[in-house]
Amino acid sequence: MSVTLTRAEPSIAGAGDYIALMKPRVMSLVVFTAFVGLMIAPGHLHPVIGLTALICIAVGAGAAGALNMWYDADIDERMTRTAARPIPSGRVAPGEALAFGLTLAVFAVVVLGLLVNVAAAALLALTIAFYVLVYTMWLKRSTPQNIVIGGAAGALPPVIGWAAATGGLAIEPIVLFLIIFFWTPPHFWALSLYRTEDYARAGIPMLPVVAGEAETRRQILLYSLVLAPLGVAPWFLGYTGPLYAVVAIAAGAVIVALALRVRGERSGHAASKQMFAFSILYLFLLFATLLVDWVAGGLFGRFAA
Amino acid sequence: MTMSVIMNEDKSETGIKLTEQQQRARRARSIAIAVSLGVLVILFYIVTLVKGPGVLNRPL
Repeated sequence: MSVTLTRAEPSIAGAGDYIALMKPRVMSLVVFTAFVGLMIAPGHLHPVIGLTALICIAVGAGAAGALNMWYDADIDERMTRTAARPIPSGRVAPGEALAFGLTLAVFAVVVLGLLVNVAAAALLALTIAFYVLVYTMWLKRSTPQNIVIGGAAGALPPVIGWAAATGGLAIEPIVLFLIIFFWTPPHFWALSLYRTEDYARAGIPMLPVVAGEAETRRQILLYSLVLAPLGVAPWFLGYTGPLYAVVAIAAGAVIVALALRVRGERSGHAASKQMFAFSILYLFLLFATLLVDWVAGGLFGRFAA
Repeated sequence: MTMSVIMNEDKSETGIKLTEQQQRARRARSIAIAVSLGVLVILFYIVTLVKGPGVLNRPL
């Protein structure tokens, strides 16, 4: 028996490739929602500690992204949307991405635990583990409910932000968690409607691949009908002022109207693309308004008082 | 059963010569690691100043 050892080619990956491994666009939404959770929490948090928490959450999200790209390199290379990512394009070796992701994950959790608090660190560890182990390794390739259950990972950042500021949990961040949780399926299913061939080629059982377009459109509408009133819940529960209510009701009406258009679409994917684009704006609008409301003094301040 | 290990003869004799692109990439990675470690050191330093002597006395 003979074993041939060949040296790995020296890496040509630049710093930009490692930044791409961290999924910076996903990271920006994670940091933004965590920032809102951190800001609206009662009590005072020193800005340096708040910034430290946000850096750790950003790095933790980046770690989860890198580990996702490491595990999914085989399906990423079969999808046009992801074929140019650092691993399938050959710029970063899978082992490098794994080491990078694990290192960042450990650093993010340990530093958050040491410099901020253990509750936030535990939640960050749970988020990374859930995204990598439950979503990426288990659900993504096995069930069309992958992004429904896996969406919990993306919904946790405002809870981590709140925990970083208070050291505990409360109903308010859980409402924010639920908003993102119910936002995730219509957001990703709208995308998957016009990327169905990509997902089918990669063997990912996204809902349009498994259950067909009609069922996906119906599910988008159902989740949007839950999401729209849930978006108003922070005002309904008395946590926000009227500005938030106006924005949440208007944005919720638009998302339901777009979901109805998606449901009624017979050919082409114009409505699905609109739905996908607006869903990003919807989440940004809600959280930005929460922040504005808080700055204006109408938000959770009355709880802290 | 005997086991023989065959190394890539060319490379083991002359060592790996990095191309210019590989050298540039390695330099960029080294700088990025140095900056990251620098930021981490500064972060710990500033947080220690902010929290004072009780830096490790953190709430749950």
